Amino acid sequence: MSSLTIYKRELSSYFSQPTAYAIIVIFLIGSLGLTFTFGNFMRIGDASLEWSFFFWHPWIYMLLAPAVGMKLWADEQRTGTIELLGTFPVSTWSAILGKFLAAATVWLVALLLTFPIVITVNYLGDPDNGAIIAGYIGSFLVCCTFLAITMLVSACTRDQVVCLIVSVTVCVMMVLCGYDDFKMAVSKSAPSFVSFLVDLIPFVNIANIQTGIDQTAATIVEGVTSIGVWEHFRSLNRGLFRLQDLVWFGSFIVLCLLGTSAILSSKRA
Amino acid sequence: MIEVENLTKQFGSKHAVEDLSFTVRKGEVLGFLGPNGAGKSTTMRMITGFLPPTAGDAKVCGISVVDRPSEAKTKIGYLPESAPLYNDMTVYGFLKFCASIRGLGGSAKKDAVERAIETCFLENVAKQSIDTLSKGYRHRTCLAQALLHDPEVLILDEPTDGLDPNQKHEVRQLIKRLGEKKAILFSTHILEEVDAACTRAVIVDRGRIVADGTPAELIEQSGTGSLTDLFRRVTTRDTEQAA
Repeated sequence: MSSLTIYKRELSSYFSQPTAYAIIVIFLIGSLGLTFTFGNFMRIGDASLEWSFFFWHPWIYMLLAPAVGMKLWADEQRTGTIELLGTFPVSTWSAILGKFLAAATVWLVALLLTFPIVITVNYLGDPDNGAIIAGYIGSFLVCCTFLAITMLVSACTRDQVVCLIVSVTVCVMMVLCGYDDFKMAVSKSAPSFVSFLVDLIPFVNIANIQTGIDQTAATIVEGVTSIGVWEHFRSLNRGLFRLQDLVWFGSFIVLCLLGTSAILSSKRA
Repeated sequence: MIEVENLTKQFGSKHAVEDLSFTVRKGEVLGFLGPNGAGKSTTMRMITGFLPPTAGDAKVCGISVVDRPSEAKTKIGYLPESAPLYNDMTVYGFLKFCASIRGLGGSAKKDAVERAIETCFLENVAKQSIDTLSKGYRHRTCLAQALLHDPEVLILDEPTDGLDPNQKHEVRQLIKRLGEKKAILFSTHILEEVDAACTRAVIVDRGRIVADGTPAELIEQSGTGSLTDLFRRVTTRDTEQAA
């Protein structure tokens, strides 16, 4: 109930100010613009949106999602309204939930407004609309993940600019980490990095040192790429509902929100 | 109505509030005096449930803020020191938001908001955006927020700070009037306010109570008939503290 009240307030705050409109317009121009230019939507002549349209979403979200979420707690701490919120009979959780859902709603509106591209592709060809819906769900989940990260960062600082810079950096890392070119670069450099580390430790005398290095390098590559969003986004984008992807997105978001709650309560202690 | 028992707050190794105990009964207006940094705001933040105390407890209407915070918070109206507000809302919208978060709905909400607007003389600015308000109006909007749910306990952190003499007078009259039916704890460092609005006053210094009594008793204690003399005698100046 109190979540709903906070949700309504945050949402009306987004739409009573230019923030939401600016974000939505830039997102629409960006996503549709890229579809028809670099996405080669018309030239490829493929009746799907996987590469031409959804491919660009993580790239746009990594820059724009933090702009929507940055004010959520940073502003509250700067203006001192957190003291009001903290003395209202509401739990921190319902405030976190209300704020998160409001930011997510702004993005949901932005995503829904891309409907002309769905109409276009249906008019021009015969696409798999199930896959398109799955693509939209995947896209929204990536966006929510970035929003949750921004919220976590926002709880740490009262400065919106710091929050924006830090969360954009984290989101950019998450987009790059799972990207194929980046993966290749990491797998190339990881073995030499590991052997460099091994050289630093004196008196190592392991028989199969090369195997050890290769295994460690492989673990590093796997670790780095597993925090990337692409693997999970792509399978949804292809119309594949895998439980592991939903669990990945879900647990990432819940973990960030739990972290937010922990930071907010530790700040008061 | 407010029972503070051995309340202690430590920030790192610094004791902001040390073993503070006092009570405020219904119909009483307690003035909370002390130099800057004496721990007044910290004490109030603990009573309102914003800061968890390091040790001790505060009970509001018999409900412990530590054990049952959500329940205790429903009994309290709180005006924070800087009168924080959501600048992107109108006065009316903000009060409506605060009323619904307090669990009021329908016509009860509408009545509560209108009553608070009337009590705090906000009719002229009700439709105005909060970021266009002057300091006096901002303060009164935040005060209105604290009165919405007709709480039994009011905690006001420097309610007259930054107001002009007319507004100060109005707020003091308001506190006096509300104090007849509620328990009010308000902090100030304007000593005339003690005489003007309080039924009792305590002076705190470096987290401890150093004087307690009705305004008349305190004036008597001072020996010179001036509260300022007493205040200067029992509290530490920050220059001394550093030495």
